[in-house]
Amino acid sequence: MGGDGVNALFLAAEQIEGVEVTRTGLFPDLMWLVPLLPALSFIAILFFGKKFPDKGHSVGILAIGVAFLLSLAGFIDLVTGAQTVEKHWVWYELETLELTFGMNYDFLTGLMFVVVTFISLLVQIYSTGYMHDDERYSWFYAALSLFTASMLLLVTSDNLILMLVGWEGVGVCSYFLIGHYWEEKPNSSAAIKAFITTRIGDVGFMFGIFALFILAGTFNITEINHLAEEGAIAGPSLTIAALLLFCGAIGKSAQFPLHVWLPDAMAGPTPVSALIHAATMVVAGIYLVARLFPVFEFASGGVPLEVVGVIAAITMLIAAFLALIQDDIKRVLAYSTISQLAYMFAGLAVGVFTAGIFHLLTHAVFKALLFLGAGSVIHAVHSNNMSDMGGLRKYMPATFKTYIIGSLALAGIFPLAGFFSKDEIIGGALRAGIDGTRATAWIVFASALITAFITALYTARMCIKTFWGEYRGHGEPHESPGSMTSPLWVLGGLTLVVGFLGFPVIGVFKYWLFAEGEVAHEFELLYNVVLPVITVGGALIAFFLAYKWFYRNEWRFDFRKTSFGWMYGFAERKYYLDDLYLGGVVKPIQYPLAAATYWANQHVIDGIVNGTARGTIGAASGTYRADQGVVDFGVNGAAGLTNFSGGLLRYIQSGNVQRYAAVLFASIAIFVAVFAFA
Amino acid sequence: MPVAYFLVLSALLFSIGVYGVLARQHAVLVLLSVELMLNAANINLVAFSAMLGEAGVPGQVFALFVIAVAAAEVGVGLAIVILIYRNRRSVDIDEMSLMKW
Amino acid sequence: MADTYLQIIFWAFFVLMAIAGVRVVTSRNVIHAALYLVATLLGAASMYVLLYAEFVAWVQVLVYVGAVVVLMLFGLMLTRAPIGSANFDNNQRLVAAVCAGLLFAVTSFILVRAFDGQEIDFTSTEGTKVQSIGEAIFSIYVLPFEIVSVLLLAALVGAVVISRRDEGPVED
Repeated sequence: MGGDGVNALFLAAEQIEGVEVTRTGLFPDLMWLVPLLPALSFIAILFFGKKFPDKGHSVGILAIGVAFLLSLAGFIDLVTGAQTVEKHWVWYELETLELTFGMNYDFLTGLMFVVVTFISLLVQIYSTGYMHDDERYSWFYAALSLFTASMLLLVTSDNLILMLVGWEGVGVCSYFLIGHYWEEKPNSSAAIKAFITTRIGDVGFMFGIFALFILAGTFNITEINHLAEEGAIAGPSLTIAALLLFCGAIGKSAQFPLHVWLPDAMAGPTPVSALIHAATMVVAGIYLVARLFPVFEFASGGVPLEVVGVIAAITMLIAAFLALIQDDIKRVLAYSTISQLAYMFAGLAVGVFTAGIFHLLTHAVFKALLFLGAGSVIHAVHSNNMSDMGGLRKYMPATFKTYIIGSLALAGIFPLAGFFSKDEIIGGALRAGIDGTRATAWIVFASALITAFITALYTARMCIKTFWGEYRGHGEPHESPGSMTSPLWVLGGLTLVVGFLGFPVIGVFKYWLFAEGEVAHEFELLYNVVLPVITVGGALIAFFLAYKWFYRNEWRFDFRKTSFGWMYGFAERKYYLDDLYLGGVVKPIQYPLAAATYWANQHVIDGIVNGTARGTIGAASGTYRADQGVVDFGVNGAAGLTNFSGGLLRYIQSGNVQRYAAVLFASIAIFVAVFAFA
Repeated sequence: MPVAYFLVLSALLFSIGVYGVLARQHAVLVLLSVELMLNAANINLVAFSAMLGEAGVPGQVFALFVIAVAAAEVGVGLAIVILIYRNRRSVDIDEMSLMKW
Repeated sequence: MADTYLQIIFWAFFVLMAIAGVRVVTSRNVIHAALYLVATLLGAASMYVLLYAEFVAWVQVLVYVGAVVVLMLFGLMLTRAPIGSANFDNNQRLVAAVCAGLLFAVTSFILVRAFDGQEIDFTSTEGTKVQSIGEAIFSIYVLPFEIVSVLLLAALVGAVVISRRDEGPVED
C-alpha cells in the first residue's frame, strides 16, 4: 500500500490490513448481471406490465431478488478472499479519448450492491401492499426497477462518464417517482424542484469531471485515483476539480445549500422516500466522495476534505433544528436524513473513512425502517401529520415495535446500529481535532455532538407524538397488512445486529473497507468509554426532555414569546432559503428568459423548420415529375417493346401441327445439307 | 445393279410421304402418308441387307421390327383420331388448333 | 441378260410405286388414297422379293396390306369419310412441296454420293433362309423382339383405353 507521504498525518497505531486475496471467486465475475437484471425488468414491466395479472410486480421482485442474492454471494466471496474484478469494454474511441463501458467490483461496490438491492427488494415487497390500488402500479414498478438499475450502474462503473449516466438516471427516476401523484400540483412541483436542484449540483459535477479529464487524461476512476495518490496530478486545479465534484454530491445528497428539495420530495409515495431518499440515491454523493477519496485526500493536503467537513457540520445542525419543528412525520424523517448524510460526509472528512461508510450502511437499514414504518402509520391514519396521530402503539403493535427499534438506532443508543457508527464518527472528529490532522475537526466535533443531542430530541418527540397519548385523528386505525409489516420486522432485526459489524476494535467491518493510510486503533479509554458515555447520556437526557415537553406537556414555554422568538419564525420559514431561491433564481429565469426563448422559438426556429419543409416539398415535387417523365417512360417503354415483339412472335405459334412439322422437316433438310456440304 | 437405285427409290417415297404429312388436311390421310414414309425406310433397310449378302440378315430383322412398330402406331393413332372425331365431330387438322395463340 | 431383266422389273415397279405414292398424297377421294397405298405397299413387297427377302415380303403383305390398310379403312368409315371427291389439302401445299423437294434432293444426293459404286449381287439363286432370320431374332435380337412385343401390347391396351366411351359408375 502506497501513499507514504500522507501517513505522517495520521498517528499510527497499526495499519489496517484488508482481507487477504486467496482466490478468484465465481460470483464477482458475474456482477455485471446485477445492474442488468433490474434494467431488463424495467423494459419487461414497461411493455408487458399491464398484461400480467399482478400488474408486473412479480417480475420486478423476482429480478431484484435474484440481483440481491447475486450481490450477497458476490460480497461473501469478496469477504472470504476472492479477488476484486475489473472489466471493461471499449465503446467508442477517439484519438485522445476512450469511452468504455466498465465495471469495477470491489468492497465498496459490493457493499453498495448489497444495500441497494436489499432495500430495493424490501421496498418492492412493501409496495405490493402500500400501492395496491394505485392506477399507475405497473409504471411505479417499472420506475423502481429502472432506478435500481441506474443506482447499481452508478456504483459499479469504473469511469466517470458511466457514473454520470447512472447519476442522471437516478435523478430522472427520482423525478418520476416523486411526481407519481402528479394530479396534485404540489407533487409535480416538488418533483421539478428536486430535479432542478440536483441539476444545479450536477453542473458542478460535470465540470469537475471535465477538469479531472484535463488533468489526468482519462475518465477511468482507478487511474485517476492512482495519479492523485502519486501526486502526478496536484495543485489548485485538483482542488478545484474536487470541489466541483463535491457540488454534485451536495446536490444529490441534499447538503447545505442544496438541501431544499429533500423535504418537499416527501410528496412522493412513502416507499419511494424509503428507497430513494433514505437509503440509496442520496448516498450517491457519499459514494462519489468515497470512490474518489484519493482525489479529495491528496489535493493540496486535504483542502477539499476540510470544505466537506464544514458543509457537513453546517448541514447537520440546521437540518436537525428543522426536524424539531415539523408536524409532518415524513418531513421529520427527511430532515433527519439530511442530518445523517452530513454525518457520513463528516466521517469521510475527518479521516474515519470506514466509519463514514459504516454509518451509510447502518443508516440505510434504520432509515428505511423508519420510512416504511411511517408509511405504515400514514396508511392507517390517512394523514401525514403527527397532529392527527397519537396513541398508535395500541392499534399498531408491530409497526410500533419496529419503529421504536429504528428510532433508538437513530438516536444512537447502545447496542443498536446507529450507536456504533455515529460514535466512530464523533470519535474520529475528536481524534482529528486532538491530533491536529484536520483544521476543521473541532467544528465538526462540536456540531456532531450537538446534533446527536438534537437528533435524540426530535426522534423522541416524533415517537411520543405518534405512538403515545390519545388518538387525535379520525376513524379507527388498524395494523397494516403482512406485506407491509414483514419488511419492517426484517429491517428491525437487521438494525439490532448490523451494528456489531463495526464494533470498535473487534468489529470486522474495518477489514472490508478502508482508505489508504487509515489506521485501526486499539482500545483507548477516551474514545471507547468516555465518549460513548457522553453521547448516550446526552441522548437519554434528550429523551427525558422530550418526555417532559411533549408527553407531559410540562416545562413548556412558548418559545415564540421570548426574545429569541424571531428564531422560531426564521426556522419555520426554513431559514428563508426557499424564498431566496424562488425570488432570486427561479423568477428571473422564468419571466424574461422564458419570454425571450419563446420568441426565439416562434420566429427563428420555427422559421427554419418551415423553410426546410417548403424546400423539401419543392424538391419532392421535382422528383415526382422526374419520376413520372423519365423513369416511368423507361419502364413503360420497355414494357411496350416487349408487348410489340411478343405480338409479332405469337404468330409463330399457330396451333397447327402441320405447320410445325413443316418447319421441322425443313430444318432437318437444311441441317443435313449444312453438315454434308460444309 | 447399283444399290443407289433402291436408295433413290426410298428417298423418293420418303419425300412423297413428307409432302403428304404436311399438305393433307384429313387426319387419316396424314396417317397414310406416315405409312408411306415407314415403307420407304423399310426399302432402304432391305436394300442394304441384300447388298451385304449373308451378313445382311439383321437388315431384314429390323425391317420386320419396323413393320411391327408401324402396326402398333397405326392402331393407337387411329384410336386417337376416332376419339377426336367423337369429341369434335371433325377430323380436319386445321381445326385442331387449340394451342393457337 | 438377267441383269437387264432385273433392271426392267425394277424400273417398272419403281414407276408404279412412284405414281401410286403420288396419287396417295394427291387424291381427292379418301378411299382412293387408301387403295393407292395398297398399290404402293404391294409394289414394295415385290421389291422385297426382288431383293431376296421373301419372308419380309410376305409379312409386309400380311401385316401392312392385310391389317394396317384395313384399319385405315375402318378409321375412314368410322369418321364419316366423305364418299366421293372433296378437297383434302390444306393451305400449306406450296411449303410442303418445297420442303419435300428439298428433302428429296438432299437425301438422294447424299445417298448416291455415299454408296456410289456399291452393287447388289444378284448372282445368288436362293433367297434368304427364314431359318437364319429366326436365328438372328432369337439370339442376337431377342431383347428388341421382346420389347416390340411389349410395345404391341401397350399399343393394344392403349388403343382400347383411348377409344372407350365414357361410362358412368357401375350400378350395384
